[in-house]
Amino acid sequence: MSPKTLYDKIWDAHVAHEADDGTCLLYIDRHLVHEVTSPQAFEGLRMTGRKVRAPEKTIAVPDHNVPTTLDRAKGIENEESRIQVDALDKNAREFGVHYYPVSDVRQGIVHIVGPEQGWTLPGMTVVCGDSHTATHGAFGALAHGIGTSEVEHVLATQTLIQKKSKNMKVEITGKLMPGVTAKDITLAVIGETGTAGGTGYVIEYCGEAIRDLSMEGRMTVCNMAIEGGARAGLIAPDETTYAYVKGRPHAPKGAQWEAALNWWKTLYTDEDAVFDKVVTLKGEDIQPVVTWGTSPEDVLPITGVVPHPESFKGGKVDAAKRALEYMGLTAGQKLTDIQIDTVFIGSCTNGRIEDLRAAAAILKGKKIKDGMRAMIVPGSGLVRAQAEEEGLADIFKEAGFEWRLAGCSMCLAMNPDQLSEGERCAATSNRNFEGRQGYKGRTHLVSPAMAAAAAITGHLTDIRDMI
Amino acid sequence: MDKFEKLSGIAAPMPLVNIDTDMIIPKVFLKSIARTGFGKNLFDEMRYNRDGTEVADFVLNQPAYREAQILVAGDNFGCGSSREHAPWAIADFGIKAVISTSFADIFYNNCFKNGILPIVLPQEAVDVLMKDAEKGANARMDVDLEAQTVTTSDGDVFAFEVDAFKKHCLLEGLDDIALTMEKAAAIDTFEAAASQSRPWV
Repeated sequence: MSPKTLYDKIWDAHVAHEADDGTCLLYIDRHLVHEVTSPQAFEGLRMTGRKVRAPEKTIAVPDHNVPTTLDRAKGIENEESRIQVDALDKNAREFGVHYYPVSDVRQGIVHIVGPEQGWTLPGMTVVCGDSHTATHGAFGALAHGIGTSEVEHVLATQTLIQKKSKNMKVEITGKLMPGVTAKDITLAVIGETGTAGGTGYVIEYCGEAIRDLSMEGRMTVCNMAIEGGARAGLIAPDETTYAYVKGRPHAPKGAQWEAALNWWKTLYTDEDAVFDKVVTLKGEDIQPVVTWGTSPEDVLPITGVVPHPESFKGGKVDAAKRALEYMGLTAGQKLTDIQIDTVFIGSCTNGRIEDLRAAAAILKGKKIKDGMRAMIVPGSGLVRAQAEEEGLADIFKEAGFEWRLAGCSMCLAMNPDQLSEGERCAATSNRNFEGRQGYKGRTHLVSPAMAAAAAITGHLTDIRDMI
Repeated sequence: MDKFEKLSGIAAPMPLVNIDTDMIIPKVFLKSIARTGFGKNLFDEMRYNRDGTEVADFVLNQPAYREAQILVAGDNFGCGSSREHAPWAIADFGIKAVISTSFADIFYNNCFKNGILPIVLPQEAVDVLMKDAEKGANARMDVDLEAQTVTTSDGDVFAFEVDAFKKHCLLEGLDDIALTMEKAAAIDTFEAAASQSRPWV
């Protein structure tokens, strides 16, 4: 038998039908659903009289529109947001899928809730009408975002029409230096490959620095595979994975656990398997990074300066000029001189317990700069509860942070958490696009520790100066 | 779904690289639970001032391009969020084909579900088409899906590749779900076998 990559193995285990031209029906093990990209899909089922084929494999949770202020039990003020969340509630109940309503302590960002509840397991296929579905690849699951038409297709048939992607390996060798985190790895990779570098590929992340990451860190890395253009990012499951999964509410138990474990242990890339593209970074070369522009590929080490647009090639020259104007920056300016108005810690990229611990380690006993607007939005109600139990919430509140309820919040600003025009934010989220966090808002993507540091100093800060 | 066979129309040039789906349709417009009506907000933040007046120099506001049916765009068009509202907005505006050197994966797939043809061509070809698009309303570009060609107003012809199955579905305006349901027996068989081999799923 020819050697296979991890992606090949998961793919092969899920092909329900293959046409002569290689077009496949890929069976979907878990379908996650949120309120923004699903209403038209459920409506489509209703109009055609179709049912959800596998409601027991479908999990719905509202996250994009939900308020994160402590008074959210009062309801959602914005009428359109409320209608969308109400529509999910109605659809989830009518079609009988698993559902975590806003009032449930387990509610949170769909990509945090899935793993937390043990819905996401190694070797699965996982989809959601959300590009950051890539997150679940951290478990060695083939996970990717889909459009609403495909959401309807999966609801109706539990399959997706797919052609296989190519294999790409991203290896991070050696150890990370102090102050360097999973977020820095994933941004550094995008800085290296560009936002289209992964287009047409499924990435497998490997190497010692990846192995050394916790599940939280691995989820951060895979989460942003989509920003690198890849269909999905994967990390082979290992003891770290099994330890995280074991005992979660929907993880297999008893004899089934043993059977699952036996299969999961076969999920690795065979030694002689061939990748179509390979990128290797040395762990020790990766520095704490920050984005300066309006694309996630606009990445530089925090010690750098804002680049000159002329230093780029082709269409990127004009894009960089536009980005500098939008961001209100001048070429040659030191990144650490960039003053920050707002700090946002949260999102499916960095809203897990380990992220909050990293921020708390910097914030302990400190105060945020006068006039700074700073908020921490945990990724789920359970992350919030755990942070309170560990005393992290007290550290945040004493430092001057707002301590919010779970949701997507200011990552995409569909709820009231938004930047105003010209407001500059150090954010632990995943996209620095124009208008992403609010009309004319300015976003610098950073790790949780770097975000916490910026909240204290009032400017982008090299975390290594504070540890 | 609308069929796509041939198209002869005005092409609007948008040379900016990395045009993301937040630019195509900002999130404030994602709160609708309908599939229609997004066209007026296509490229909203680039197209309108805060007071709702048009940004005069934005390409789709220029008289020559208000009826554009083709977009010639910079690299990596449609990157970012998976929102299908992006192709819904493009189709609702009246654009039926987008040409670029590369598209983000999810956006590319979403186009085919909405009667839009995304066309990938090499940089040199896109450069020629961009120049042709810059000529304005007098330059009509022709797209022929059956023949897999784009023809400039000067008669330059560029051939493009497209997946045979996707092409077939677009030419015929086929409903994916109905097609898949014809293979229900294969899905049943797979599901039964998987429930034995991976019962924990």
